[in-house]
Amino acid sequence: MKTKMKTSHLILIMAVAIVVAAYTLMPFFLVVINVFKNANGIVANPVGFAGMSVSQLMTNLSNVISNSNFSFWSAFGTSAVVTILSLVLLAVFGGMAAWVICRNKTRWSSAIYMVFIASMIIPFQVVMLPLISTFRDVGKFVGLSMLQSIPGIVFAYCGFGGAMTVFILTGMIKTIPYDLEEAASIDGCSYEGIYFHIIFPLLRPSIVTVTILNGMWIWNDYLLPSLMLGQSGKVKTLPVAVQAFVGSYVKQWDLILTAALLAMIPMIIIFLIAQKQIMSGMVEGAVK
Amino acid sequence: MDQNTTGKRILSLVLLVVGVALLGASLALDFMGSSASYRGPMLIVGAVALLMGLYFYPTLTKHKSIINFLFLFPLLFTFAVTVIIPLVLGIFYSFTDWTGIKYTEFVGLANYIAMFKETSFLWSLIITILFVVFNMIFVNVVGFCLALLCTSRLKGVGFFRAAYFLPNLIGGIVLGYIWQFVFNNVLVQVTGTSLLSKTPTAFAAIIVVYIWQYAGYIMLIYVNGLVTVPGDVLEAAAIDGANAVTTLFRIKLPMIASTITICTFLTLTSAFKQFDVNMALTNGTGSVQFMGNYLTNGTQMLALNIYNTAISKNSYALGQAKAVLFFIILACVSLIQVRMSNSKEVEM
Repeated sequence: MKTKMKTSHLILIMAVAIVVAAYTLMPFFLVVINVFKNANGIVANPVGFAGMSVSQLMTNLSNVISNSNFSFWSAFGTSAVVTILSLVLLAVFGGMAAWVICRNKTRWSSAIYMVFIASMIIPFQVVMLPLISTFRDVGKFVGLSMLQSIPGIVFAYCGFGGAMTVFILTGMIKTIPYDLEEAASIDGCSYEGIYFHIIFPLLRPSIVTVTILNGMWIWNDYLLPSLMLGQSGKVKTLPVAVQAFVGSYVKQWDLILTAALLAMIPMIIIFLIAQKQIMSGMVEGAVK
Repeated sequence: MDQNTTGKRILSLVLLVVGVALLGASLALDFMGSSASYRGPMLIVGAVALLMGLYFYPTLTKHKSIINFLFLFPLLFTFAVTVIIPLVLGIFYSFTDWTGIKYTEFVGLANYIAMFKETSFLWSLIITILFVVFNMIFVNVVGFCLALLCTSRLKGVGFFRAAYFLPNLIGGIVLGYIWQFVFNNVLVQVTGTSLLSKTPTAFAAIIVVYIWQYAGYIMLIYVNGLVTVPGDVLEAAAIDGANAVTTLFRIKLPMIASTITICTFLTLTSAFKQFDVNMALTNGTGSVQFMGNYLTNGTQMLALNIYNTAISKNSYALGQAKAVLFFIILACVSLIQVRMSNSKEVEM
């Protein structure tokens, strides 16, 4: 039936696909051509190729990177550390919690599971204001800074990402036959050893999925770090830095677009490397 | 074997004692109001020692329960501190005159009454609902059409899928500023005045950007659903003389009903919570005449309204009450959604 499809049909489909792709990629294209221009060149001629030069790109890049409001390298480092630490801790603790919840059919373990699932509908807005005051109070009480600090943010992401992580990993653990654990136990494996030697390695595909889902969210998140770190604080993640930078340079498009490009590049590079895993991970996370 | 157990017992006891001592000492310092900087590290070392002491505690009968506790503890602890405690406190604060730091009295429903008297809040509520409805329809239709496109006999499908999905990778703040540039400096050459300068067109602009960002993701989920439609069913339909339109409406759509539910739910909740693009693109500005009042928050969606009430206007209690209402609406919608999807699955 499909072979009968007319060539004219195929051409039409191709044309639609190309037009939509052009529209989707247009803003990225505009960013890329305009970072090669100076401020006047962008305003005078935002669409064409006139006024582009590599030396101007270098000037823009050095202006943005050395800018004290943006401080690209420090923001990039903060974002990277926060994201990686949160992802590792979520994978480790999430897997442990999911396994205990899944393998203990007691009343409290299913109650914990239900609370986790129910908490997934809680919007960040309803907890964000008391969260800041709770963190401030706890920080003051124990003598550790929970706000304006990387450990504080990582702690918060472990709390917020926990529910989804446990949900997806529990789904995976349910499919692992219990016989496997019994066999390991008979062979003399300790109770915690069963998790680390048998379950954790088998969880790898699901851990990739949760890492992608959590990673996309944590890397791009603006509201939580902006509230916890503050706009003028020393520690900033990339989205907070972009916002602070744009706020201080209204309409300076040469700087803003260069900053936007710098903020996008890490994600696009990761996407080019792990395109298949990211796309399938995003779908799996939604379908489950 | 025997020695091993004894060693473990001593290790465990030492760790437990040290842990309790350190924890107790640091908490005692806290209650005495000391501001010594070693309290924090002391607390952490104490807690870790205590947990390790528990781990090494030599017992056969209780070992499993101890491990269960230790495995659950990290996630439950962070979850309780970041979600449960703030949620409970937040609901409580919404009935007080909370200032973000302390509260002095219980005000009952005053915050809830105040927010419904605020015309700008009602406006935000209405346009958020409009925004959600528009997006639910458009994002799903566009996403589904793109999915049909990407499952047809198109050459270079991989490239197109990746291209359509690309906007979803980038954070809303960055996207918002890029589109602000597009509307104010590029499209303005076609439209004359910037679309962002008038409230209705600015609102439409947010919808356009949102569809641009989200449709690619929804497309991926629909593609995932469409490929599960069995080929022999489609062939049978073709033999029976069904054309493309009939196949679409009679076979493909009913067979991916559960996918449609998922996508509707996703677009609904994420559109409702929309904040980043709203903030970066218009920051909620736009003049509008509503209920006899002149408002300046023409494109301010609920999430941004809550943020501005608390952070910019410093009315924490009012902002918190709005957030609680926001939560209640979202919870009701989610429950209805779950009900609907359950009943649909029963029918199938």
